[in-house]
Amino acid sequence: MKHLISVLVENKFGSLNRVAAMFSARGFNLESISIGETEDPEISRMTIVTRGDDQIISQVLKQLNRLVDTIKVIDLTRQPHVERELLLMTLKLTKTQQHEIFELINVFKGKVVDIKQKSITIEVIGSPDKINTTIDIFRTYGIKELARSGAVAIHRGE
Amino acid sequence: MPASGHTLNGSEIFIECLRREHVEYIFGYPGGSLLKVYETLYDVKDIQHILVRHEQGATHMAEGYARATGKPGVVLVTSGPGATNTVTGIANAYMDSSPMVVFTGQVPSTLIGNDAFQEADIVGITRPITKHNFLVKDVRELASTIRKAFYLATTGRPGPVLVDMPKDVLNASCVMEWPETVEIRGFKPTVKCHINQVEKAAQKIAQAKRPLLYIGGGVISAEASAELRTLAIEQQIPVTMTLQGLGAFAGNHPLSMGMLGMHGTYWANQAVNRCDLLIAVGARFDDRVTGKVDTFAPQAYKIHNDVDPTNVDKNIKVDLPIVGDAKNFLASLLEVMPKPLENREPWLAEINAWREQCPLSYSHEGDALRTEFVIEEVSRQTAGNAVVVTDVGQHQMWTSQFYTFINPRSIITSGGLGTMGYGLPAAIGAAFGITKKPVVLFCGDGGFMMNIQELVTAVHHKIPVKIFLINNSFLGMVRQWQELFHKEKYSFTDLGESNPDFVKVAEAFGCKALRAENPESAKAAITEALAWNDGPILVDFRVVKRDMVFPMVPAGGSISDMLLARLNPKTMV
Repeated sequence: MKHLISVLVENKFGSLNRVAAMFSARGFNLESISIGETEDPEISRMTIVTRGDDQIISQVLKQLNRLVDTIKVIDLTRQPHVERELLLMTLKLTKTQQHEIFELINVFKGKVVDIKQKSITIEVIGSPDKINTTIDIFRTYGIKELARSGAVAIHRGE
Repeated sequence: MPASGHTLNGSEIFIECLRREHVEYIFGYPGGSLLKVYETLYDVKDIQHILVRHEQGATHMAEGYARATGKPGVVLVTSGPGATNTVTGIANAYMDSSPMVVFTGQVPSTLIGNDAFQEADIVGITRPITKHNFLVKDVRELASTIRKAFYLATTGRPGPVLVDMPKDVLNASCVMEWPETVEIRGFKPTVKCHINQVEKAAQKIAQAKRPLLYIGGGVISAEASAELRTLAIEQQIPVTMTLQGLGAFAGNHPLSMGMLGMHGTYWANQAVNRCDLLIAVGARFDDRVTGKVDTFAPQAYKIHNDVDPTNVDKNIKVDLPIVGDAKNFLASLLEVMPKPLENREPWLAEINAWREQCPLSYSHEGDALRTEFVIEEVSRQTAGNAVVVTDVGQHQMWTSQFYTFINPRSIITSGGLGTMGYGLPAAIGAAFGITKKPVVLFCGDGGFMMNIQELVTAVHHKIPVKIFLINNSFLGMVRQWQELFHKEKYSFTDLGESNPDFVKVAEAFGCKALRAENPESAKAAITEALAWNDGPILVDFRVVKRDMVFPMVPAGGSISDMLLARLNPKTMV
């Protein structure tokens, strides 16, 4: 099954490489990985989406912990958490479809970030599932380009 | 010794840090990016630099030294090719959990990434084969980084750590600050075992009818042989060991069952098959041990103690995982261990029946010289008290079978990576560390050629290593697999036509050399070699070409698939 893992690592060059290289060296699946600084500038948080049975996930967690640059590893999957992903997408804009596109952007609570004569760029934020649905729906309108951030997630506060 | 607080340049800091880590030997090779360090080294008297002839040799030497002494081995090589030549040795130390610190020179930090002369991204290259590695970007971080490197290499599960030092960092100066303690927030190995788990293990052991200790190299690196001995004897539990675990429990004790696994003894493997409790300590259920995992120890409740949690439930799901240091585990177990509730006599009798049914044996026919005889004879003449180093292949497996290891740290061999060429430099490194016991090397003719240049290092330093060259003019283990599983197509494994005269080669290096072609001359040559202490000595044992290591569990097979003897009698010699 899919697992969402949050990893606190030293904010040093090579930390991301160590994690990514460990996944490929051990043949673990890596669906997405995102990284950014935390409230402490010496620490970065990685959010990793991976898949595997219990035995594999247990190895993934242990191997992550084993890396010296890793400070803390939390499997958020079965804990209360918030998970979000950002989608940026440029669509073809035609007079006939313009109206429908704007309506759909509202349905997905998206935002228009740029608009040109023949194209429109939008942003949508949501769970990776919602982002998948968004992409599916907009595909019929002609996606020129898209970029996804990968999931970021955090524990729900107490 | 300059105190902390003096201004030193990077090279002086480097040397001063090694002093504080009590380093005796550096195995190294100079080069452009390290000129400043070698300038400093020129006047250093309290740390000995051993000039190797290839950087791979330096890494294996450092590892041989580390395994023989328990202290971390230190390697110093230049940037680019110097650094990349260490890769195999680092990977070897990583697989076998040997403490080692490798220092590499690097191009000036301003040139990093510019494809500069002799530049290689050694930190990137060695990331998956080191426990951790560092690029030092500022001379003010050099001392604390070196401190961390030694701490990481020797704490928890040991392993290699690499420190990359750019030329400008070694030239720059600063006030040296030596941190007395090391604090790495991402590295807190669990050394102390959970007491509830230990108590549960004690109960299981007391209740078991057919318990078996399965011991790996972790017991040796944790220096836990005494605790193991007490446990095994008090509880009457037979002990089987992995290749790296040999010597953790005395091989001449009636409870010792020798090695298990692919080329393990028949009785050890049968015991694994039949035991109702398997106590794995400092071992990692490697595929050469388990064969087919589904049929490994099928009746056993499995306890697994390892200092590295990633080893637990990696290859085999166990019933009782206990993370912690092997010495801590065995010592705390002894504290809570009740008297055995079950009579172990029937179990030990069952094992002895297997031992009598299929003992380790070899043909004594004719006057042909066999590797098994050579190893058995060396074992007899040294009374099991030598430090034995091997290369990789048939002779290595025969060493595990026919040399009786009595003490811990008496076998030094490339287990995980299986590196041909490991033996000679590792033996030289071991002999630097151990001077009171003979250091004996068993090496095939294939592997010997892979790092033969280090013979010069041994001759130059008058290292009295006994090089027992097991010369069958074949890549014997590959040949064995070709015979058994690949239609007897001996593809590129016959070295007979191309091998040099090893006696002449050794003599050209300045090494004393003998030849033995039959059991009688072999005996005499072994006696002579063991008595020779004026530098290295090589004996070229011309052993039979077509010999095979048995028993053998084919790769991925079950214990029940074990081959006890040659399948095809027509290929007998």
